[in-house]
Amino acid sequence: MTIMKPLVGLSLAVAMASAHAGDLVINFDDPNPAPKAGFEAAVEAFKAAHPEVNVIVNINDREAHKTAIRNFLSADAPDITAWYPGNRMGPFVDAGQFEDISDMWATDPNLSTSFEAVKPTMTRDGKQWGVPYSYYQWGIYYRADLFSKYGIAEPKTWNELLGACDTLKQNGITPFTIGTKYLWTAAGVFDYLNLRTNGYDVHNGLTAGEIKYTDERIRKTFENWNVMLDRCSFVDNHATMSWQDALAPFAKGEAAMYVMGNFAVAGMKDAGLTEDQIDFFQFPEITPGVARAEEAPADAFFIPSKAKNKEDARKFLAFIARPEIQSEWNMTLGQLPPNSKSEVNADDKFIRKGMQTVSTASGLAQFFDRDAPAEMAKAGMEGFQEFMIKPERMDKILERLDKIQARVYK
Amino acid sequence: MTYPAAHSSGSRRRRSRWQSQTVMPWLLLAPAMLFFLVYVIAPIFQSLLYSFYEWDGIGEATWIGWGNYEELLEDDRFYVSLKNNIIWLVLYMLAVPAGLAVALFLNQTITGMRFYKSMFFFPFVISQVVVGLIFTWFYNPNFGIVGELWRFFGAEPPSILGDEDLVTYGIIAAGLWPQIAYCMILYLTGLNNISIDQIEAGRLDNARGWRMLWFIVLPQLWPATFLAIVVTVIGALRSFDMIAIMTQGGPYGSSNVLSYFMYETALSEYGFRMGYGSSIAVILFLIMLVFIGYFLWVMYKNERGGR
Repeated sequence: MTIMKPLVGLSLAVAMASAHAGDLVINFDDPNPAPKAGFEAAVEAFKAAHPEVNVIVNINDREAHKTAIRNFLSADAPDITAWYPGNRMGPFVDAGQFEDISDMWATDPNLSTSFEAVKPTMTRDGKQWGVPYSYYQWGIYYRADLFSKYGIAEPKTWNELLGACDTLKQNGITPFTIGTKYLWTAAGVFDYLNLRTNGYDVHNGLTAGEIKYTDERIRKTFENWNVMLDRCSFVDNHATMSWQDALAPFAKGEAAMYVMGNFAVAGMKDAGLTEDQIDFFQFPEITPGVARAEEAPADAFFIPSKAKNKEDARKFLAFIARPEIQSEWNMTLGQLPPNSKSEVNADDKFIRKGMQTVSTASGLAQFFDRDAPAEMAKAGMEGFQEFMIKPERMDKILERLDKIQARVYK
Repeated sequence: MTYPAAHSSGSRRRRSRWQSQTVMPWLLLAPAMLFFLVYVIAPIFQSLLYSFYEWDGIGEATWIGWGNYEELLEDDRFYVSLKNNIIWLVLYMLAVPAGLAVALFLNQTITGMRFYKSMFFFPFVISQVVVGLIFTWFYNPNFGIVGELWRFFGAEPPSILGDEDLVTYGIIAAGLWPQIAYCMILYLTGLNNISIDQIEAGRLDNARGWRMLWFIVLPQLWPATFLAIVVTVIGALRSFDMIAIMTQGGPYGSSNVLSYFMYETALSEYGFRMGYGSSIAVILFLIMLVFIGYFLWVMYKNERGGR
C-alpha cells in the first residue's frame, strides 16, 4: 500500500494546481529582487482594481522557465506567461500555442496608440501576440573617470572612437572588455557594427535570411569589426569569461568600455564603481547618413491558447499596458517602459540617456539571437566569437554561415 | 561454480520448489525490468524513430527519412565532435596505467597510509562539476595557477580554455584527475586479492621489478584492469558534465563532443531540433554499442571458458 501514497499525493497536487473559474494563473520568469518586486507590485495593483479575480502567481528561474514553457503550454497552460518577442515567440506562434490578441491592439485605446515603437516586434504574420512591459537600451558603457583622466571626449563618430582607443592603448588600458563564453555578448557588438555600417533594414534582412553573410554589405561590417579588433582591442581570454567575469577588468580600470545592455549597470555598481565613474554613450556613427537604429530587447506577456481564463487574462494584459503601471514597474526595475506615455525615473542618468537614445531611434532591433531563428543565432554567434579570435578566417566563417542560412530558412 | 550437494538432494523436493524457483526470480526482476524497458529500451527506439523526423519538440513532426543523417555528414561540428571524442577515448586511457601506478605506490604498509589513500581517492568523491570549476580557475591565465607558473618561467600564459587547439586537452586533464582515482581504487582492491604464494614462487625464481609486475602481478590483476578499461571507455564517451561546466563546447564549438553536441542541438536554449539531436544520439549509441558489445563478449567468454 505504501506505493499508493505518493500517487495520492500527486493527484492531490495536480488537483490543487489546476485552477477554478475566476482564477488567473500567471507564470513569471525572473526571481531576482528588482524584477520580482516590480512584477508583484503590478499584480497587487491589478488585484486592487479587480477584486473579483483570484490571481495565482508562479515565479520560476529564467533558464528553468525557458525549458518549462515547452511543457506547460501544452500540458497545463497558465492563463498568462512571460516570454520574449521577435523570433523567440515564433515557434509558439507557429505551433498555435499563443493566443492572437490583435483585436486588443486594434481597439484598446491605450494599447493602440502608445506602443508604436515596439509594435513591430510583437507582430508575426501581421498579428499581435503579446504585451510588452519593459525594455532596455544597449550602447557603450564607459569609465568616465578614465576618459577624463586622459582627456577623451565621448566619441560621436567611428574615427573619434578609434582615436579614443589609440589614446587608451597608449596609456596601457585595453579599450573594450567583453566575455564571450556564452556567445551573445559578441552578437551585441556585431549588431551595432552592422546597424551603424548598413542600417536597420540590412539588420532585418540578414536576420530574416534575405541577405547572405557573404554579401558585400555584411563583409563591410566584418571589415569594420576587424579594424575595431585591431585598434580597439578587446580583453584577452574573453572566450573563457561570462559577461559578469568581464566586469572585473572594467572595475579594475584595466579596460575602459563595454558594449552592453542597461542591466550591466547594477553589476558595475556591485563591482564597486560609483555613479560618477561610469557613464553611457550611444554607439558612434560609422557610415555617415545611415539612420540611427538601436538594440532594445523587450520582455512581454502572452496568453497561451490553452488558457482557461482568457477573459481575465486580457484584462490583465490591458491593465499592465497602462502608462502609470508601466512607469512604476520600470522605476523598480531600472528599465524603460514601452508605453510612450509613461514617465521614467529622471534621477537615473542611464534611464534618462537610454530613453533619449531609444525614443529618437529610427528603428529598434530586438537582438541578433531574438531576431534570427535559434539555430541561425547559435551558429552566427559562434562565428562572431571565432572571428574575434581568428579574424583571418573571415571568408571561411561567412561561407559556413551562408551554408547554414540556406538550410535554416528553406 | 557448482554445488555437488544440491545435485544429491532428492528430486521430489526440487520438483515441489519448481514453481517458486521459476516464478519468483521473474517476479523479483519484474520491477527492474519494467523500468529498464520504459526508461532505457523504449527511449532507444524512440530516438531512432525521431531521428528520421524534423521536429522542434512542440509543433508537427515531419518525416524526412535520412535527411538528418545526410545533414550530419556535411556538418563540420559533427566532425569536430567526433574527433574530440576520439581524443578523449585515447587520452582517457592514461587513467588506467596511472591508476595502477598510484595503486602500486599506495599498496605499502606505512603509518598514515590510510590518510594518503583517502587523499588520492578524494577527487573521485567530489562532484565532477566541482572538479570542472576548480580546473577552470586553475587554467585562468589572469589569476590561475597555470598563469602563475608560466609567468614564473617568464612566459606569456596561454588561455587554455580559450584556445581551440588546447581546450580539449585541458578538459581531458581535468577529467583524468577523478578518473585516475577511480582506477586506483579498482586496482587497490585487486591488489588485496593477489595470491601471496605466486609472489613467493616468483621470488624464488628470481623475478623482481618489472618482470615481477609484468608476469606475476598484472595477470592476476586482469579482472581489475578489465573493469578499469570498461569504466574509462564509458566515462570518455559520456564526457558531458566537464564540458558543460568548463566551456559549454566553446570556444566556437571546438571542445564539443558528441554527447554535448547532442544536448546542445536537442535541448539547449538555441536548440530544440529533436530530430537532428536524435540522429547524433543514434550515432553515439552505435559507437558505444561497439565497445559494449566487445566488453560483453569478453565477459561471456570469461564466464564460459576462463574459469
